[in-house]
Amino acid sequence: MPTYDEIYEKVQATLVDALGVDEDDVTREATLQGDLGAESIDFLDIVFRLERNFGIKIPRGELFPENVVSDPEMIDDGKFTAKGLEELKLRMPYADLSGFAANPEVDRIGDLYTVDMLVHYVQGKLGA
Amino acid sequence: MRWIWIDKFLEFQSGQFARAIKNLTLAEEHLHDHFPGYPVMPASLIIEGLAQTGGILVGEAGGFAEKVVLAKIPRAEFFGVACAGDQLIYEVTLTDLRSEGAVVSAKAFLEGQLLADAEIVFAHLDNSRANQIFGPKNFVFTQQLLGVLDLAKAQSRAKALSNTASTNGQPCES
Repeated sequence: MPTYDEIYEKVQATLVDALGVDEDDVTREATLQGDLGAESIDFLDIVFRLERNFGIKIPRGELFPENVVSDPEMIDDGKFTAKGLEELKLRMPYADLSGFAANPEVDRIGDLYTVDMLVHYVQGKLGA
Repeated sequence: MRWIWIDKFLEFQSGQFARAIKNLTLAEEHLHDHFPGYPVMPASLIIEGLAQTGGILVGEAGGFAEKVVLAKIPRAEFFGVACAGDQLIYEVTLTDLRSEGAVVSAKAFLEGQLLADAEIVFAHLDNSRANQIFGPKNFVFTQQLLGVLDLAKAQSRAKALSNTASTNGQPCES
Protein backbone atom coordinates (compact mmCIF):
# COMPACT_ATOMS: atom_id res chain seq x y z
CA MET A 1 0.00 0.00 0.00
CA PRO A 2 1.65 3.28 -1.08
CA THR A 3 1.94 6.14 1.40
CA TYR A 4 0.00 9.40 1.18
CA ASP A 5 3.08 11.16 -0.22
CA GLU A 6 3.65 8.53 -2.88
CA ILE A 7 0.04 8.80 -4.03
CA TYR A 8 0.22 12.60 -3.88
CA GLU A 9 3.26 12.65 -6.19
CA LYS A 10 1.47 10.47 -8.72
CA VAL A 11 -1.71 12.55 -8.49
CA GLN A 12 0.44 15.63 -9.00
CA ALA A 13 1.92 14.16 -12.19
CA THR A 14 -1.57 13.14 -13.33
CA LEU A 15 -2.85 16.70 -12.99
CA VAL A 16 0.21 18.18 -14.68
CA ASP A 17 -0.56 15.98 -17.72
CA ALA A 18 -4.33 16.51 -17.64
CA LEU A 19 -4.41 20.24 -17.02
CA GLY A 20 -1.07 21.43 -18.38
CA VAL A 21 -0.23 23.15 -15.09
CA ASP A 22 3.12 23.47 -13.34
CA GLU A 23 3.94 20.86 -10.73
CA ASP A 24 4.50 23.61 -8.16
CA ASP A 25 0.91 24.78 -8.57
CA VAL A 26 -0.47 21.35 -7.68
CA THR A 27 -0.37 21.81 -3.92
CA ARG A 28 -2.44 19.64 -1.61
CA GLU A 29 -4.92 22.43 -0.94
CA ALA A 30 -5.28 23.53 -4.57
CA THR A 31 -8.83 23.33 -5.92
CA LEU A 32 -9.16 21.70 -9.33
CA GLN A 33 -11.40 24.37 -10.82
CA GLY A 34 -10.52 27.55 -8.95
CA ASP A 35 -6.76 27.14 -8.63
CA LEU A 36 -5.86 24.75 -11.44
CA GLY A 37 -8.37 25.93 -14.03
CA ALA A 38 -10.05 22.56 -14.64
CA GLU A 39 -13.20 22.64 -16.75
CA SER A 40 -16.00 20.10 -16.68
CA ILE A 41 -14.50 18.02 -19.50
CA ASP A 42 -11.20 17.82 -17.63
CA PHE A 43 -12.89 15.75 -14.92
CA LEU A 44 -13.45 12.97 -17.43
CA ASP A 45 -9.81 13.17 -18.50
CA ILE A 46 -8.68 13.08 -14.85
CA VAL A 47 -10.82 9.98 -14.19
CA PHE A 48 -9.28 8.21 -17.20
CA ARG A 49 -5.75 9.09 -16.08
CA LEU A 50 -6.25 8.10 -12.44
CA GLU A 51 -7.62 4.72 -13.56
CA ARG A 52 -4.64 4.20 -15.82
CA ASN A 53 -1.95 5.50 -13.46
CA PHE A 54 -3.17 3.69 -10.34
CA GLY A 55 -4.76 0.60 -11.93
CA ILE A 56 -8.10 1.31 -10.27
CA LYS A 57 -11.69 1.34 -11.52
CA ILE A 58 -13.68 4.48 -10.88
CA PRO A 59 -17.43 3.91 -11.34
CA ARG A 60 -19.36 6.76 -12.94
CA GLY A 61 -20.26 9.46 -10.43
CA GLU A 62 -18.19 8.00 -7.59
CA LEU A 63 -15.31 10.48 -7.61
CA PHE A 64 -17.21 13.46 -8.99
CA PRO A 65 -20.87 12.91 -8.01
CA GLU A 66 -23.50 13.73 -10.60
CA ASN A 67 -26.92 15.29 -10.02
CA VAL A 68 -26.22 16.21 -6.39
CA VAL A 69 -27.89 19.57 -6.75
CA SER A 70 -30.90 18.53 -8.81
CA ASP A 71 -32.98 17.29 -5.85
CA PRO A 72 -35.03 20.20 -4.38
CA GLU A 73 -34.91 18.57 -0.92
CA MET A 74 -31.16 18.94 -0.89
CA ILE A 75 -31.02 22.62 -1.76
CA ASP A 76 -32.73 25.66 -0.28
CA ASP A 77 -32.04 29.24 -1.29
CA GLY A 78 -28.83 28.33 -3.05
CA LYS A 79 -27.46 26.39 -0.10
CA PHE A 80 -27.31 22.73 0.85
CA THR A 81 -29.90 21.78 3.47
CA ALA A 82 -28.92 19.57 6.42
CA LYS A 83 -30.25 16.64 4.41
CA GLY A 84 -28.25 17.82 1.43
CA LEU A 85 -25.06 17.95 3.48
CA GLU A 86 -25.71 14.45 4.80
CA GLU A 87 -26.18 13.23 1.23
CA LEU A 88 -22.95 14.97 0.22
CA LYS A 89 -21.08 13.27 3.07
CA LEU A 90 -22.43 9.91 1.96
CA ARG A 91 -21.55 10.49 -1.68
CA MET A 92 -18.14 12.07 -0.99
CA PRO A 93 -16.76 10.36 2.15
CA TYR A 94 -13.22 11.16 1.02
CA ALA A 95 -13.86 14.95 0.87
CA ASP A 96 -13.21 17.32 3.76
CA LEU A 97 -16.55 19.02 4.35
CA SER A 98 -15.65 20.71 7.63
CA GLY A 99 -15.02 24.15 6.14
CA PHE A 100 -17.71 23.83 3.51
CA ALA A 101 -20.46 22.96 6.01
CA ALA A 102 -20.13 26.40 7.65
CA ASN A 103 -21.24 28.07 4.43
CA PRO A 104 -22.66 25.35 2.18
CA GLU A 105 -23.44 27.45 -0.89
CA VAL A 106 -24.05 25.37 -3.99
CA ASP A 107 -21.68 27.59 -5.95
CA ARG A 108 -18.87 26.62 -3.59
CA ILE A 109 -19.14 22.89 -4.23
CA GLY A 110 -16.18 23.15 -6.59
CA ASP A 111 -14.02 24.04 -3.58
CA LEU A 112 -14.44 20.45 -2.35
CA TYR A 113 -12.61 19.12 -5.38
CA THR A 114 -9.05 19.55 -4.17
CA VAL A 115 -5.81 17.69 -4.85
CA ASP A 116 -5.99 16.36 -1.28
CA MET A 117 -9.48 14.99 -2.00
CA LEU A 118 -8.13 13.06 -4.99
CA VAL A 119 -5.31 11.60 -2.90
CA HIS A 120 -7.74 10.46 -0.19
CA TYR A 121 -10.05 8.97 -2.81
CA VAL A 122 -7.21 6.99 -4.40
CA GLN A 123 -5.97 5.94 -0.95
CA GLY A 124 -9.42 4.56 -0.23
CA LYS A 125 -9.56 2.69 -3.54
CA LEU A 126 -6.10 1.16 -3.11
CA GLY A 127 -6.83 0.16 0.48
CA ALA A 128 -10.19 -1.41 -0.35
CA MET B 1 -17.14 21.81 -49.06
CA ARG B 2 -17.77 18.51 -47.27
CA TRP B 3 -16.40 18.25 -43.75
CA ILE B 4 -14.78 14.89 -44.33
CA TRP B 5 -11.07 14.76 -43.55
CA ILE B 6 -10.39 11.12 -44.24
CA ASP B 7 -10.68 9.46 -47.65
CA LYS B 8 -10.83 5.79 -46.84
CA PHE B 9 -10.45 3.24 -44.08
CA LEU B 10 -7.67 0.72 -44.67
CA GLU B 11 -8.30 -1.24 -41.51
CA PHE B 12 -11.00 -1.27 -38.88
CA GLN B 13 -10.88 -3.49 -35.80
CA SER B 14 -14.01 -2.85 -33.80
CA GLY B 15 -13.32 -1.34 -30.38
CA GLN B 16 -9.57 -1.44 -30.89
CA PHE B 17 -7.90 0.15 -33.88
CA ALA B 18 -8.52 2.00 -37.13
CA ARG B 19 -6.24 3.03 -39.98
CA ALA B 20 -7.35 5.59 -42.54
CA ILE B 21 -5.89 7.47 -45.50
CA LYS B 22 -5.97 11.16 -46.26
CA ASN B 23 -4.72 12.19 -49.69
CA LEU B 24 -3.74 15.82 -50.08
CA THR B 25 -4.53 17.56 -53.33
CA LEU B 26 -4.32 21.05 -54.75
CA ALA B 27 -8.05 20.79 -55.43
CA GLU B 28 -8.48 21.55 -51.72
CA GLU B 29 -9.04 25.27 -51.44
CA HIS B 30 -7.47 25.66 -48.04
CA LEU B 31 -4.04 24.59 -49.30
CA HIS B 32 -3.93 27.68 -51.49
CA ASP B 33 -4.33 29.91 -48.46
CA HIS B 34 -2.13 27.88 -46.16
CA PHE B 35 0.20 29.11 -47.44
CA PRO B 36 0.25 30.97 -50.78
CA GLY B 37 3.04 29.39 -52.81
CA TYR B 38 3.72 26.77 -50.15
CA PRO B 39 0.74 24.45 -49.73
CA VAL B 40 0.97 22.78 -46.33
CA MET B 41 -1.80 20.77 -44.66
CA PRO B 42 -2.89 22.75 -41.58
CA ALA B 43 -2.08 20.88 -38.37
CA SER B 44 -5.61 21.55 -37.13
CA LEU B 45 -7.05 19.62 -40.08
CA ILE B 46 -4.69 16.71 -39.45
CA ILE B 47 -6.08 16.68 -35.90
CA GLU B 48 -9.60 16.79 -37.36
CA GLY B 49 -8.82 13.77 -39.56
CA LEU B 50 -7.42 11.87 -36.59
CA ALA B 51 -10.50 12.85 -34.57
CA GLN B 52 -12.86 11.68 -37.32
CA THR B 53 -11.01 8.36 -37.51
CA GLY B 54 -11.10 8.07 -33.72
CA GLY B 55 -14.67 9.33 -33.43
CA ILE B 56 -15.95 6.61 -35.73
CA LEU B 57 -13.87 4.01 -33.85
CA VAL B 58 -15.40 5.15 -30.54
CA GLY B 59 -18.93 5.46 -31.93
CA GLU B 60 -18.85 2.08 -33.64
CA ALA B 61 -17.66 0.45 -30.39
CA GLY B 62 -20.98 1.52 -28.87
CA GLY B 63 -23.06 0.65 -31.92
CA PHE B 64 -23.45 4.40 -32.65
CA ALA B 65 -25.95 4.57 -29.79
CA GLU B 66 -24.12 7.49 -28.17
CA LYS B 67 -23.49 10.94 -29.51
CA VAL B 68 -19.74 11.33 -29.54
CA VAL B 69 -18.11 14.74 -29.43
CA LEU B 70 -14.49 15.75 -29.52
CA ALA B 71 -13.99 17.00 -25.98
CA LYS B 72 -10.32 17.66 -25.47
CA ILE B 73 -6.89 17.25 -26.97
CA PRO B 74 -4.58 16.94 -23.95
CA ARG B 75 -1.49 16.56 -26.13
CA ALA B 76 -0.55 17.00 -29.79
CA GLU B 77 2.95 17.03 -31.25
CA PHE B 78 3.96 17.60 -34.85
CA PHE B 79 7.29 16.55 -36.32
CA GLY B 80 7.00 17.79 -39.88
CA VAL B 81 4.65 19.05 -42.58
CA ALA B 82 2.58 17.43 -45.31
CA CYS B 83 2.18 19.07 -48.70
CA ALA B 84 -0.06 18.70 -51.74
CA GLY B 85 0.50 15.30 -53.34
CA ASP B 86 1.33 13.62 -50.04
CA GLN B 87 -0.63 10.76 -48.55
CA LEU B 88 -1.17 10.72 -44.80
CA ILE B 89 -1.91 7.53 -42.90
CA TYR B 90 -3.89 7.97 -39.69
CA GLU B 91 -3.61 5.27 -37.04
CA VAL B 92 -5.87 5.44 -34.02
CA THR B 93 -5.93 3.08 -31.05
CA LEU B 94 -8.76 3.06 -28.53
CA THR B 95 -7.06 3.16 -25.13
CA ASP B 96 -9.98 3.80 -22.76
CA LEU B 97 -13.72 3.48 -23.14
CA ARG B 98 -16.38 4.04 -20.48
CA SER B 99 -19.98 5.21 -20.36
CA GLU B 100 -19.02 8.89 -20.18
CA GLY B 101 -16.53 8.89 -23.03
CA ALA B 102 -13.30 7.53 -24.47
CA VAL B 103 -9.63 8.26 -25.07
CA VAL B 104 -7.69 7.41 -28.21
CA SER B 105 -4.02 7.49 -29.06
CA ALA B 106 -3.73 8.95 -32.55
CA LYS B 107 -0.76 9.10 -34.93
CA ALA B 108 -0.30 10.43 -38.44
CA PHE B 109 2.39 9.00 -40.70
CA LEU B 110 3.92 10.36 -43.90
CA GLU B 111 5.95 7.90 -45.95
CA GLY B 112 6.35 5.69 -42.90
CA GLN B 113 7.63 8.50 -40.69
CA LEU B 114 5.74 9.76 -37.67
CA LEU B 115 4.34 13.20 -38.54
CA ALA B 116 1.94 13.79 -35.66
CA ASP B 117 1.26 12.17 -32.31
CA ALA B 118 -1.79 13.12 -30.26
CA GLU B 119 -4.10 12.04 -27.50
CA ILE B 120 -7.79 12.79 -28.01
CA VAL B 121 -10.60 12.63 -25.46
CA PHE B 122 -14.17 12.10 -26.63
CA ALA B 123 -17.28 12.59 -24.53
CA HIS B 124 -20.58 10.79 -24.86
CA LEU B 125 -23.24 13.44 -24.84
CA ASP B 126 -26.58 12.92 -23.21
CA ASN B 127 -28.88 12.41 -26.21
CA SER B 128 -31.82 14.55 -25.13
CA ARG B 129 -29.64 17.47 -24.09
CA ALA B 130 -27.51 17.15 -27.21
CA ASN B 131 -30.56 17.37 -29.44
CA GLN B 132 -31.77 20.45 -27.58
CA ILE B 133 -28.49 22.26 -27.96
CA PHE B 134 -27.16 21.15 -31.30
CA GLY B 135 -29.95 19.40 -33.16
CA PRO B 136 -29.36 15.96 -34.61
CA LYS B 137 -26.76 16.83 -37.22
CA ASN B 138 -23.81 18.72 -35.84
CA PHE B 139 -21.89 15.73 -34.63
CA VAL B 140 -19.03 13.53 -35.52
CA PHE B 141 -21.35 11.13 -37.27
CA THR B 142 -22.93 12.92 -40.16
CA GLN B 143 -24.22 10.50 -42.74
CA GLN B 144 -21.51 11.72 -45.10
CA LEU B 145 -18.76 10.81 -42.68
CA LEU B 146 -20.30 7.48 -41.83
CA GLY B 147 -20.35 6.87 -45.57
CA VAL B 148 -16.55 6.47 -45.43
CA LEU B 149 -16.95 3.48 -43.12
CA ASP B 150 -19.80 2.10 -45.25
CA LEU B 151 -17.63 2.44 -48.34
CA ALA B 152 -14.79 0.51 -46.67
CA LYS B 153 -17.23 -2.26 -45.75
CA ALA B 154 -18.63 -2.33 -49.29
CA GLN B 155 -15.13 -2.47 -50.78
CA SER B 156 -14.18 -5.26 -48.42
CA ARG B 157 -17.30 -7.24 -49.39
CA ALA B 158 -16.65 -6.61 -53.09
CA LYS B 159 -13.07 -7.83 -52.69
CA ALA B 160 -14.21 -10.96 -50.88
CA LEU B 161 -16.78 -11.65 -53.60
CA SER B 162 -14.21 -11.03 -56.29
CA ASN B 163 -11.82 -13.51 -54.64
CA THR B 164 -14.58 -16.10 -54.41
CA ALA B 165 -15.52 -15.49 -58.02
CA SER B 166 -11.96 -15.90 -59.23
CA THR B 167 -11.58 -19.09 -57.18
CA ASN B 168 -14.83 -20.37 -58.59
CA GLY B 169 -13.64 -19.41 -62.04
CA GLN B 170 -10.57 -21.68 -61.85
CA PRO B 171 -10.64 -24.28 -64.60
CA CYS B 172 -11.73 -27.64 -63.32
CA GLU B 173 -8.97 -30.19 -63.60
CA SER B 174 -11.14 -33.26 -63.67
